[in-house]
Amino acid sequence: MKRIISLAVASAAIFASVASAQAQDVRIAMLVKNLGNGFFDAANKGGQEAADELGNVELIFTAPTAPTAEGQIEIINNLIAQNVDAIVISANDPTALIPATQRAMARGITVISFDSGIAQEGRQMQLNPSNNELIGVKQIQMASDAAGGSGEIAILSATAQATNQNIWIDEMRKELANANRSSLNLVDVVFGDDQSDKSYQEALGLFARFPDLKVIIAPTTVGIAAAAQAVRDEDLVGKVFVTGLGLPSEMAGHVDSGAVESFAIWNPIDLGYTATYAAFQIAQGNATAEPGDSIPVGRMGTLSIGDTGEAAMAEPFTYDASNVNDFKDIF
Amino acid sequence: MTASDLRALLTRRREPALALLIVVLVVLIGIRAPFFVSIDSLSGVLTDTSILMMLACAEMLVILTRGIDLSLAANVAFTGMAVALLSMSYPELPVVAYIVSALLIGLVLGAFNGFFVAIIGIPPIVVTLGTLSMFRGLVFVISGGEWVNRHEMPDIYQMFPMETFLGLPHLLWVAVTVIPMFWLFMNHTKAGRSLYAIGGNPQAARYVGIPIEARLFMVYAIAGMIAGLCGYLWTARFAVAYTEIAIGFELVVIAACVIGGVSIAGGVGTIPGVVLGALFLGLIANALPVMGWSPFWKQAISGAVILIAVVLNSRSHKRQGKLIVRRDEATAS
Repeated sequence: MKRIISLAVASAAIFASVASAQAQDVRIAMLVKNLGNGFFDAANKGGQEAADELGNVELIFTAPTAPTAEGQIEIINNLIAQNVDAIVISANDPTALIPATQRAMARGITVISFDSGIAQEGRQMQLNPSNNELIGVKQIQMASDAAGGSGEIAILSATAQATNQNIWIDEMRKELANANRSSLNLVDVVFGDDQSDKSYQEALGLFARFPDLKVIIAPTTVGIAAAAQAVRDEDLVGKVFVTGLGLPSEMAGHVDSGAVESFAIWNPIDLGYTATYAAFQIAQGNATAEPGDSIPVGRMGTLSIGDTGEAAMAEPFTYDASNVNDFKDIF
Repeated sequence: MTASDLRALLTRRREPALALLIVVLVVLIGIRAPFFVSIDSLSGVLTDTSILMMLACAEMLVILTRGIDLSLAANVAFTGMAVALLSMSYPELPVVAYIVSALLIGLVLGAFNGFFVAIIGIPPIVVTLGTLSMFRGLVFVISGGEWVNRHEMPDIYQMFPMETFLGLPHLLWVAVTVIPMFWLFMNHTKAGRSLYAIGGNPQAARYVGIPIEARLFMVYAIAGMIAGLCGYLWTARFAVAYTEIAIGFELVVIAACVIGGVSIAGGVGTIPGVVLGALFLGLIANALPVMGWSPFWKQAISGAVILIAVVLNSRSHKRQGKLIVRRDEATAS
C-alpha cells in the first residue's frame, strides 16, 4: 500500500513537472547587435514586458560584446544547440548570418529579424521599427527646420557597411531630390565607425572643408553625440546644428547646450515588445508571416506583412527641448 | 667608439628622419587641403593626439623590457567608465579627485598585470590578453551595460580637458607635463636606464644586479596608471562613457611605438621617437577626414602610409651585425 502511494506521488510529481515544463516551454531568444547599447537594453525591457504578458514565455537576452557578425553566428549556433523556440535578431550584417539562421529554421526554430534586418531568405519576418522612407524624410525635415529651409548639410554615419544607416541615407537622398528640398545641398557623407574619437575627427573635417555647413545629420547614437560635442568645442553652437537619431538619455545634455535642436527615435521598448510578441505568435502557430498576413501583437495592434516579409511598427518620434527631459531617464 | 655608442647614435638618428617624414606629410596634405596647415588646425591635431602620445610612452616602457601590454585600451575603458560613474554619484568632488582616482584605479589594474608578469612569471602577451578581456568584461559589470551620458556628468568633470590655460587646452598641458616626466625618467634615473638593460640583455642585467622583477612590476604599474589617466581624459573629453571606449586602440598605440622606432624585440626605443610616431598617426587620423576620399580608400590609405613609414624607418636604420672586434682592429687586419 505504502509503495502504491509513493508510486502515485512520484508519478503525480512527474506529471506536474511535465505540465510545468510545458507551461514554461516557449523560449524566445533576443539576439541584438552588441551588449551595453542603451537602445537594446530598452528593447529588452519591452521584450520582457511581452513575455510577462504572454505568461509562459522565457526571454533570453543575448549579444556579442562587440557588434560583429562572427559573434552573432557563434551565439546562433549556441541557441540552436539549446533548441530555443524562436530567435529575434537585430543583425550586424544582412547576409553573413543567413547560413546560421537557415540552420536554425531547418530545426524548426522561428527566426525573425527586427531593427537591422537579415535578407529575406534568412528569416521568416523582418520587423522595421518604422518605415525606412519615413525615417529618411523625418531626418531631412528636422535638418531643414534647423537650417531654416536652405543651406549645406552633411551626414555623419556609423560604418560604411552598416545596413540600416545606408538604407536611411538612400531615403534621405531620394527626399532631397524632391523639388521642394532643392535649396538643401548635401555636401558629403562621412563615416565615424561608431567610435567617438573617429566621429569627432570626421565632424572636425566637415567643419574645415565646408565653412558654410549648417547641419550635420547623424543617424547613429555615438555619431550624434560626438558631432554635438565637436560643435560645442569649436564654438559653433547656433551656427552648425546636429540632428539625426539618438536616445533621449544620450542627447539630453546636447539639447541643453544648444548644439542639438531636435532629434528622432522610435520607441525601442515598443519595438522589443512587438518583436517578441510576433515571434511568440509565429512560434506557437497562431499566425504566419506570408506576404499579406496580419499578426496581432497585443497593445501595439496588428502588424501587416508586406511583399518581402517585412512589417513596419510606427513612425519615429521627435524629441526636442520641450520633451527630452521627460524621457531621458527612461531610455 | 664603442658598440653601444654606435648603436645609440643610430637610434638617435631615427627621430630626425621621422620628423622629416611628418613635415613632408604635412606639406602633401597642405597641397590638397591648405586650411589644414594653420596653427589652429595643427594645434587641434596635437591636442587630439595627446592621449595617444601618453599611451604610446607607457607602452614603450613595457615593450623595452621585451614585454607587451595589450590591456592598455581596456584599462582606459574600465577606468574611464569607473570615474564617470564616480562623477555621476559624487558630482560635488573637485576635478583633482577624479584625476587622482583615475590614476589609482589605472595603477591597480596595471599592478595586477605586473603581479602576474613579474612575480608569477607568465608571459606578458598571455597575461595582458587575459586582462584585456577581463577589463572589458568588467566595464559591463560596473556599468550594467549603460552609458554615462553628458547630462549625468558634472560640468567640472567634462569641461576640464578642453578648458584652456595660456591659450592651450588642459588636455595638451597634461601631455606636455607627462611626456617630459617620461623622458626624465628614461634618461636620468637609474630605474629608467635599467629598462634598456633588461630588454637588451636580461641575463647581463641580472648579473649587474638589476632587480628585474621589481622593475617589471613597476613598468606595468606605471603603464596602467597612465592608461587610467587617459581613461578619465577620454570620457571627459567626449563627454560620454560608453561600453566600447577605445576598442582596438591598443593596436594604434603599439603601431605608434613601432613607427617611433621601438623594437618589438626589446631594448631599443626613445621617448621623442615614440611621441613622433604617435604624432604621425594622429596626423593621418585627423587629415584623412579633410581629404574627402571614399571611406573604403581611407582605411587602405592609412594602412599603406603606416607601412611606408615603417619600411623607410627600418631600411634607413638597418641593424648592423654585432661588432665582435673593434672597428679599427677589423680594418687593420
